[in-house]
Amino acid sequence: MKESTIMKIHYGTALASVGLVAVHILMRLTTGFADSLSYENVLANYQSVPYVIMLELILILLAVHGFNGLRVILLELKQGRVYEKAVSYGSMVGMIVLIGYGSRTIIMTNMGMT
Amino acid sequence: MTEDEHREGIKGMANPGRYGIERIAYLLMRLTGLGLLGYFIAHVYETSNILRGRMGWDDFLAMTQTTEGHIFLALVIGMCVFHTGNGIRIMLGHGGVGVGNPARPDYPYQPASQNYRQKIGIYSSIVLAAVAMMYGMAVMFGE
Amino acid sequence: MAQVSSIADEQASTPLSSPKSIVLRISKFNPKLDESSKFMEFTVPYQKWTTVLEAILDVKKHFDHSVAVRYSCRQATCGSCGMMINGKPKLACFTKISELDSDVVTVEPMNNFPVIRDLTVGFEKLFEKHQKIQPYLIRDDSELESDEREFLQSPQEVEQYIQFANCIKCGLCNSACPTMATDSSFVGPQALAQAYRYVADSRDKGKDTRLNIIDESHGIWRCHFAGSCSQVCPKGVDPAMGIQFLRGYLLGFRS
Repeated sequence: MKESTIMKIHYGTALASVGLVAVHILMRLTTGFADSLSYENVLANYQSVPYVIMLELILILLAVHGFNGLRVILLELKQGRVYEKAVSYGSMVGMIVLIGYGSRTIIMTNMGMT
Repeated sequence: MTEDEHREGIKGMANPGRYGIERIAYLLMRLTGLGLLGYFIAHVYETSNILRGRMGWDDFLAMTQTTEGHIFLALVIGMCVFHTGNGIRIMLGHGGVGVGNPARPDYPYQPASQNYRQKIGIYSSIVLAAVAMMYGMAVMFGE
Repeated sequence: MAQVSSIADEQASTPLSSPKSIVLRISKFNPKLDESSKFMEFTVPYQKWTTVLEAILDVKKHFDHSVAVRYSCRQATCGSCGMMINGKPKLACFTKISELDSDVVTVEPMNNFPVIRDLTVGFEKLFEKHQKIQPYLIRDDSELESDEREFLQSPQEVEQYIQFANCIKCGLCNSACPTMATDSSFVGPQALAQAYRYVADSRDKGKDTRLNIIDESHGIWRCHFAGSCSQVCPKGVDPAMGIQFLRGYLLGFRS
């Protein structure tokens, strides 16, 4: 993939996640911070399909943005064909693992498998 | 990076002291980005405790809903707000917005790209981050 | 180990009626003989107008003839005398000692360039990266036919790129760049600014060629707009501005 395409994705995920993360944080202020973190309230959030979709989107957007940022920092620290390939593929693996693990939590909780 | 290229290394990348607020913003962007990535990974892991039922979730809350946890979260809020605000400034700059216009240079050769718009953007991000941290702490400690 | 020397009365180039003097610390390093660099200190008198280069040449004349320093025009035109002066890359001929506001002036070779000896560094990589971006007008009809005339440009068209054409290849921007501090493959602010110089030139038709060259993992995308290159540029080129404009083409902000 061309570097310009990767960076457009980086910028796009950043912009898209700003609003969604703001909503995610504001949800914690609706019923009082401590109450919003109670087991029942969190479980109720996970039962709401729009909220679950939002969570999944945040997960994917931030995983892509974060791991690409890490990839950029690591690429600048050291150079070499083998190292650069390891960093690029390692970032992708990290991204996929995090999305997979987070999606597991979201889907299982939404399905009531707690 | 080879020794004989006389590169500064990480010390050079992480030394913000010589080139003004824009270089400090560059360093803070990196630090907040790494910090937020670390927090995000931990957050995804910790919130998976919901799958362990009420007891698992309450154990997780007992660990995080503490004074130290709240201070840590306030720092995360600050990092998030700075990274977002400065990120928007940088994205606009990357498109050529707010970096001035080309002109025939004249002594003392002040660079137009390091203009007041960029400085306002950086300082605003820092101030907004501080305000967000204070609001966050007011919410968390106020209950 | 530092060695402090003072200029004897009869040898001083600067009249010793001037009460002001500074300690000039010069980094000495011969990669073929020394394991690491060391500083040698010299007390040098100066006037309000004395430049760092003049102080170094004073030391060379009176104390240590072996100080290796590159210089030529003495008027910030050739770009030869770039070095670290009190921790910042500057042209020695363009920096007055009185402006530094310090009793101690430390001069070292520019960062991110291989050291040849003492204050002299190698420019091969800078020239290599400069050549990579094809720093010349690219167009199919560059060979003039007998009935053709010169390519016309309006003053407004010249204003778009003339600032970036002021580059004297001194390398201060590459020395200040935080990415260059760790990334040996990065093209660098000098080459990127020159790429924009030609892309912005209305006579040039090689925009797509150059954009393809810099659109790589160690190309334009490793610039993060820290702006240090523009802070240190002695000719007002403002490489950071050129690089962001160039990136605008790749992001679709400009066409």
